[in-house]
Amino acid sequence: MRRPSARKRWSWRSQAFRGLLWQVVAVLLVGFAVWFLAHNTLENMRARGIQSGFDFLKGPAGFDIGESLIPYDALDPYWKAFLVGILNTLRVAIIGIGVATLFGTLLGIGRFSANAIVRGLCYAYTETFRNVPILLQLLFWYLVFTEVLPPVAEPVSVGPFLLSKAGFSFPWWVEGRWSVPAPGAFSMEGGASATPEFMAVLMGLVFYTSAFIGEIVRAGIAAVPKGQVEAASALGLPRGLQVRKVILPQALRVIIPPLTSQYLNITKNSSLAVAIGYPDVVSIANTSLNNTGRAVECISIIMLVYLVTSLSTALFMNWYNKRVAIQER
Amino acid sequence: MNKTTVSLAIALALAVPFGAHAGKTLDSIKQKGQVACGVHTGLSGFSQADSQGNWDGIDVDYCKALAAAVLGDASKVKYVPLTAAQRFTALQSGEIDILSRNTTWTLTRDASLGLNFIGTVYYDGQGFLVPAKSKVKSAKAMKGATVCVQSGTTTEKNLTDYSRANKLDMKPVVFEKIEAATGAYFSGRCAAFTTDASGLASVRNKEAKNPADHVILPELISKEPLGPAVRRGDDEWFAIAKWVLFGLIEAEEYDITQANVEKLAAESTDPVVMRITGKSEDTGKLLGLDKDWMVKAVKAVGNYGEMFERNVGPKTPLNLPRGLNNQWNKGGLQYAPPIR
Repeated sequence: MRRPSARKRWSWRSQAFRGLLWQVVAVLLVGFAVWFLAHNTLENMRARGIQSGFDFLKGPAGFDIGESLIPYDALDPYWKAFLVGILNTLRVAIIGIGVATLFGTLLGIGRFSANAIVRGLCYAYTETFRNVPILLQLLFWYLVFTEVLPPVAEPVSVGPFLLSKAGFSFPWWVEGRWSVPAPGAFSMEGGASATPEFMAVLMGLVFYTSAFIGEIVRAGIAAVPKGQVEAASALGLPRGLQVRKVILPQALRVIIPPLTSQYLNITKNSSLAVAIGYPDVVSIANTSLNNTGRAVECISIIMLVYLVTSLSTALFMNWYNKRVAIQER
Repeated sequence: MNKTTVSLAIALALAVPFGAHAGKTLDSIKQKGQVACGVHTGLSGFSQADSQGNWDGIDVDYCKALAAAVLGDASKVKYVPLTAAQRFTALQSGEIDILSRNTTWTLTRDASLGLNFIGTVYYDGQGFLVPAKSKVKSAKAMKGATVCVQSGTTTEKNLTDYSRANKLDMKPVVFEKIEAATGAYFSGRCAAFTTDASGLASVRNKEAKNPADHVILPELISKEPLGPAVRRGDDEWFAIAKWVLFGLIEAEEYDITQANVEKLAAESTDPVVMRITGKSEDTGKLLGLDKDWMVKAVKAVGNYGEMFERNVGPKTPLNLPRGLNNQWNKGGLQYAPPIR
């Protein structure tokens, strides 16, 4: 057999050459499309006298934000307002991921319960919550919090924990001592409060996503061969230990990849919070957009924020997936 | 952020770049046979659609007058309902020819959004709506109160300014849609709802179960001159839009009404009335319109005073006093430069 010469490899008939050529063409096309859109946008905006650029981020925002994890004042610059919004998004996403995972795992395990009532409840829950659009669920929870709960002046209380239209208020460590909430004229004074907006977003996300996570966990458990459980039983392991030491470690390999998608969904769905007045990054960007008119810039910031959070979540989950995957030798 | 804003931004990215386009708006309107007018999605007295899809309101009437002056037919308006967040992008991207959507004229908007405000249809100020049973008599008593507000408006900043200046530490809860903001207020989530006073009257009248249960506080915390705006770069269209509004205001000053405009056009010997009705000088030609442009506009919607009375005045459910919006010679601020 004759080996093709090195020169011949770079002919039009060579697959490697054609492959490379197509890739170069594709990159050029994409590059041109991006350049065309960017150039065109700038040109059109200039022609219409619309000012552009990210310099506005340094100017004072001038608007208050209802809830913030960091000290924020209306005279702080726009970038800090965006930071408050990003932190609010992350807060609801991270807590949501934690609670939804816990809740979803219990649901998934519950579907295998020997108790018919537990099985039935878990089934009914899953089918109800995953089949109602999440925006409706958010609006529903918000309605529950704002319509059903009592006014600030006469909250429902369990010890120092108060529930009212101002949200869920609880004692909190303020300036070196425990501060206990008490009804004021217009809001809870002292302690700390989770606003109805935050609670509605959190509950909407948790109830919706945990239904999906429950199904993923169920599928993962179902994928563990029956022989494993039987073997564990034969060894005399109690049911709890079987779940923790035999079933879950094997199920995790099936669970992690689809679970990653659900985590990404929680983060992205949190942007629906704007409908019920939770000051997430989309809400802040909306306000900034309207105060400054920098539509392209503000939308880019939102896209960047979700891209970065989603990619970091995916990276972390991929790393974890590698860790729990079967070590093939 | 919503789909429309994003798609409008995309439209801006895809649109073929163009240079100056002076006079193009009028040509394209004549070619299309209709004026594309951006209006509020539903604010009674200003712009709202009934069950048959007929629009009315003072902002809508201005669009009708403009269409009548330009095309000779007040019904040739294409209404584009817009949220506060969408409105400027819709104008910038050319989806609408005129934005007549209770929009506050501010420096930032005038100077950096690629648009020109043409004048003031309604002089307003921002106020607070509170439940009567809360017994609040002044905004200054609302220390630490949560306040529901719609995003995409000047109200958020005004609220912050007022809260700072008076050390009230008010907490805004910001909603994208006005329906969500008012819904949260009526459910009791917020101690107050804030927007322009005219908007408060509209919300109280349209959405409260019993309007008497809600009080508009006496403080007005800002100046809100609400007016239409056009895209920058077309001075001819800018002039037409401006002078239709001025014409409607001047028509009231000289008692030209929907009922008598044709009779006055035929019979009046008053030189000012003859100029406005196009019987003596041809002001329409200077603008690129027909000679009787003002007759058509007033015939369509009446003069400014009639627009006010029909949509927001004391005889309407909104029951807004004429106040600042009266003619300059009756103690108000409406002062139109002369048509001559």
